[in-house]
Amino acid sequence: MWRLLGLLAVLVSFDASAQTLVPYRIENGAITQSLTGVKGDAAKGRAIVVERQKGLCLLCHSGPFPEERFQGDLAPSLAGTGSRMSEGEIRLRMVDSTKVNEKTIMPPYYRSEGLERVAANYKAKTLLNAQEIEDVIAFLVSLKDDTQK
Amino acid sequence: MNRLACLVVVIGMALPAFAQDARKSGFDYMGPDTQAMQKDDLANPGMLSVLEGETLWNTPTGKAQKSCAACHGDATQSMKGVAARYPAMDDKTQSAIDLAGRIIQCRVERQEAPAPQREGRELLSLSAFVGRQSRDMPISPPQDAKLAATRAQGAALYSARMGQLNFSCAQCHDDNAGGHLGAAPIPQAHPNGYPLYRLEWQSLGSLQRRFRNCMSGMRAEPFAAGSTEAIALEAFLMERAAGMKLETPAVRP
Ligand code: HEC
Ligand code: HEC
Repeated sequence: MWRLLGLLAVLVSFDASAQTLVPYRIENGAITQSLTGVKGDAAKGRAIVVERQKGLCLLCHSGPFPEERFQGDLAPSLAGTGSRMSEGEIRLRMVDSTKVNEKTIMPPYYRSEGLERVAANYKAKTLLNAQEIEDVIAFLVSLKDDTQK
Repeated sequence: MNRLACLVVVIGMALPAFAQDARKSGFDYMGPDTQAMQKDDLANPGMLSVLEGETLWNTPTGKAQKSCAACHGDATQSMKGVAARYPAMDDKTQSAIDLAGRIIQCRVERQEAPAPQREGRELLSLSAFVGRQSRDMPISPPQDAKLAATRAQGAALYSARMGQLNFSCAQCHDDNAGGHLGAAPIPQAHPNGYPLYRLEWQSLGSLQRRFRNCMSGMRAEPFAAGSTEAIALEAFLMERAAGMKLETPAVRP
């Protein structure tokens, strides 16, 4: 699927009026460059993933979070993500999953344009900021073992 | 060739079995306690609003000092089936009107009373009382070609991505119904219980309030109560639920 996207290189446009998005490049179904150049903090990333009002991840995903009740079942488990895909592939899915699957239900975490009827509080803002994206990626990369639950 | 024809006939005969109704009421996704609460009129908190609505129905009001009953008589007769066929075309304005909108219209134009507030207690109680008269009746949207444009608008809104989370109604309620969003089972979004008592609200609420809940969850700007968009969504969902039984006043978690 992302083979098709492979040849595509997309540069996100700048939106000066809003939060300024870091430009990124999609190549071979991945964004290989860090958005910030600052290594993500996996512990912070884990906290974002489990936080219901922030990451929202567990609304849809389950994963190796034994302390968390009520994990959603609309998406694959996050367990073993780091074994299944590269850091760059994870980054693309975090930034904007619709670039991988146009019909996906997974929200675009680093996109503020091309969204309709966004509520005033959230207008022109991304779900997570660039460093938070890197933190979540660092955590997901560390989820190596497919069998951990 | 013959074989193929045969196969087609066989598949054709088997189809009705497959075509079984896959639609489920929100009721079917609830736990047994909440179901029991809805089914027992003495335990169903929505019935208090129905009783309050009955009182309002019989009370003269406005400059005209007429009650609803003064024009419509016995609601168990005159209002039977009414809630099952709204939204409808309003001949005067030539636009779609929902049941709450019709009640507001009667209040203002015929009773010459102040317009009741959308989502206010008076309008919800009257809507619940009128809705109760259609309980267990199949949803029967009007066969009115003039409603086609409204329904089409509703269908488009239902599948449009909205809000910061970029969700459409259809992604949850068609593609993921039966799944769990965190702890909450996702129902099919049928409008067959409204107005209904929601335990989370601790009050009666309208279908359009439910839309606003889902839309703020999507971090989208909700459609205002009584807006063209909200009525269009309602008309689309009623058409989609045609034939399903009304449960007003239902109970939901
Ligand atoms: C509303 C639903 C939803 C939310 C919220 C959500 N996801 Fe997803 N996610 C999905 C679905 C569905 C997929 C499967 C692929 C697809 O359909 O695009 C997916 C795929 C993924 C994948 C690729 C997994 C694989 O094995 O292919 C990763 C990694 C991921 N999500 C991480 C996250 C993280 C981290 C968060 C929160 C910060 C999150 N998701 C929030 C629905 C969601
Ligand atoms: C991300 C998922 C999601 C999206 C998107 C969503 N909903 Fe919902 N909806 C839910 C869940 C979960 C419930 C059940 C909530 C509960 O009972 O606590 C629900 C309940 C409903 C109900 C109540 C059904 C009943 O039996 O009473 C209706 C109607 C509804 N939604 C309509 C809509 C419409 C219209 C939209 C789009 C404007 C929409 N929803 C968008 C998740 C969603």
